[in-house]
Amino acid sequence: MKKFLSIAVLSTILLSSCKKDSTPEYDPNVKADLSVEFDNIAGTADLQLNTGNYTNAAGESFKVTKLKYYVSNFKLTNANGTVYTVPQNDSYFLIDESDPATHEAELSVPEGEYTSVSFVLGVDSLRNTMDVSQRTGVLDVSGAAADMYWSWNSGYIFFKMDGTSPSIPAMGGVFQYHVGGFGGYSSPQPNNLKTITLDLTARGTPKVKASKSTNIHLMVDILKALGGTTTMSFATIAMIHSAAPGTPVANNYTNMIRHDHTEN
Amino acid sequence: MNRKYWLFIIFFLAGIYACQKEVTDTIPAPFVGFQKPTNFPEPVYHFNTNTVTKDGFELGRKLFYETMLSANNTISCGSCHIQTAAFTHHGHTVSHGIFDRMGTRNSPPIMNLAWNSSFMWDGGIADLDLQAVAPITNHLEMDETMPNVLNKLRSSPQYPALFKKAYGSEDITTTAFLKSLSQFMAMCVSSNSKYDSVMRHQGNATFTADELAGRELVKQKCGNCHQEPLFTDNSFRNNGLAISMVNDEGRYLVTQNSADRYRFKVPSLRNLAYTAPYMHDGRLLTLSAVLDHYTTQVQNTPNLDPLLQQNSTLGIPLTAEEKTRITAFLNTLNDRSFLFDKRLSD
Ligand code: HEC
Ligand code: HEC
Repeated sequence: MKKFLSIAVLSTILLSSCKKDSTPEYDPNVKADLSVEFDNIAGTADLQLNTGNYTNAAGESFKVTKLKYYVSNFKLTNANGTVYTVPQNDSYFLIDESDPATHEAELSVPEGEYTSVSFVLGVDSLRNTMDVSQRTGVLDVSGAAADMYWSWNSGYIFFKMDGTSPSIPAMGGVFQYHVGGFGGYSSPQPNNLKTITLDLTARGTPKVKASKSTNIHLMVDILKALGGTTTMSFATIAMIHSAAPGTPVANNYTNMIRHDHTEN
Repeated sequence: MNRKYWLFIIFFLAGIYACQKEVTDTIPAPFVGFQKPTNFPEPVYHFNTNTVTKDGFELGRKLFYETMLSANNTISCGSCHIQTAAFTHHGHTVSHGIFDRMGTRNSPPIMNLAWNSSFMWDGGIADLDLQAVAPITNHLEMDETMPNVLNKLRSSPQYPALFKKAYGSEDITTTAFLKSLSQFMAMCVSSNSKYDSVMRHQGNATFTADELAGRELVKQKCGNCHQEPLFTDNSFRNNGLAISMVNDEGRYLVTQNSADRYRFKVPSLRNLAYTAPYMHDGRLLTLSAVLDHYTTQVQNTPNLDPLLQQNSTLGIPLTAEEKTRITAFLNTLNDRSFLFDKRLSD
């Protein structure tokens, strides 16, 4: 029996090493599709706008009516440590919970097996100060960005979560958490830009080939934006509409995204 | 190229034209784009990404006076920035917007903005191209949305053709819309005051003795902040106004740095005769009230500018005679031609 087991083990090892040998070669000169999916959840539940009831770290129950955020400046690192930076102009995405068509950031990257992904939650300071002609697509202030832009203090809103909570006494129980702030044009201003880097090896590396499409599935837990470093209470702070008050939320949300699995 | 040579060509062409047509039409004045007055420094506006053209400028002018930019189609930029008041909201301490809603700030002149490094009393906007988004979407001002404004323009009978004329495409984009408004605003240059004529040695313009003495006083006592020739250094300072009920914290609202609390952008001193009331909330109604403020009313509020608390006295001591001279000089900064410049009119 023992012998049999060891043979079995040996042969599996052999087989798997064979398999490894036969993995398709990647051609770094060929571009392939890779999507990064942002699946918004609240703790253990899928996020349901308007209807779902959740409890924050402060013990307050709440509903979410709107959830939108920018992700940009994607970079992928492969097994050899080579970093691929997605060209800037193709690297801005606005994830809007109410519109499923926006939940995946569609990238085109060289074939390869990637061990980590990183991106900016928000709109980097360079783009935030660029000529208006460079602000197209999801950055168009008369288009997708119309409600993701502070006009009185020029700059994009990075993260917007609106909702209601019975713990808020006034204003119909409404809360609005709008986080932005890229550091300012000339004089220093609060900077809430966060770069998020996720390891992809533990839960399945994406093997990107031109012949197929690959999806990195991320979980975005909004409860973590409300707790972690600072426990946010809606009763204490219902409105965040400028950069400095948003800093605790930004510090929290650096840890709200995790890699769940990869569909190869 | 030599001016005479140009004239020759123009006459020559006009001659041919007249011969062919056998009529003697007056040639329309050619469009002159943005020109830097010789006594001004280089502008800071990025003309390299937005060259002023005749069609772009005229489109911008039409948009500036367009009421479709507001939610109920009643208010244009020109409603609060009135040309005969040097593009301010004459007679209003704080601006009245849509549905008669009141703001908390006085509308500044649309004047020499190509030299401004930031916009609004708190400098919250760093690029003139992004300025228009603020009043359009402000609930108290025009209360519209940018997508709506562009859609209204797209479905109007005239605008698609005007955008095509200016930009070669009927597409009404955010960029084309905002850049046209910038072209118009950048062209709102006021540089024909008596002061400018003296500086440029035009004709036999000279200052009177009072004006000359006033200029020296302004240079000494006001000039660190209100710097010639634009009469602002574009910085943010607290000039000692008492903190009002509104408790407007000025630049602090933008930077959230406590050292910026109660600082506001130093405004120009040009065209003061037409831009009353004064200060960010329009609290001072006359120039003599302004001078009284500097001599006796300066309050020691947080971040009061060091220039206004020298030798342990608050404010700027001025005698009655000095005030008269300062006023005489300030009056040389009024440029009436700016108010009636046809190119800038509705
Ligand atoms: C309801 C009145 C109102 C309307 C309408 C309005 N503005 Fe203004 N404007 C103001 C006020 C008030 C300020 C100063 C606001 C502040 O500092 O917070 C201002 C500031 C400005 C400035 C900054 C000037 C400087 O020196 O910093 C510009 C430029 C400007 N407006 C352009 C426009 C344009 C373009 C439009 C039309 C799209 C417009 N405004 C519509 C009231 C108005
Ligand atoms: C320390 C800098 C400083 C000095 C010195 C200074 N000012 Fe000012 N001035 C300002 C600032 C800042 C404002 C705007 C304040 C506000 O609205 O909160 C202002 C506003 C004004 C205004 C109102 C303009 C408008 O359009 O509303 C006038 C007029 C004026 N100053 C005249 C003077 C004169 C005359 C002197 C010299 C006797 C002087 N200032 C000295 C900084 C200064």
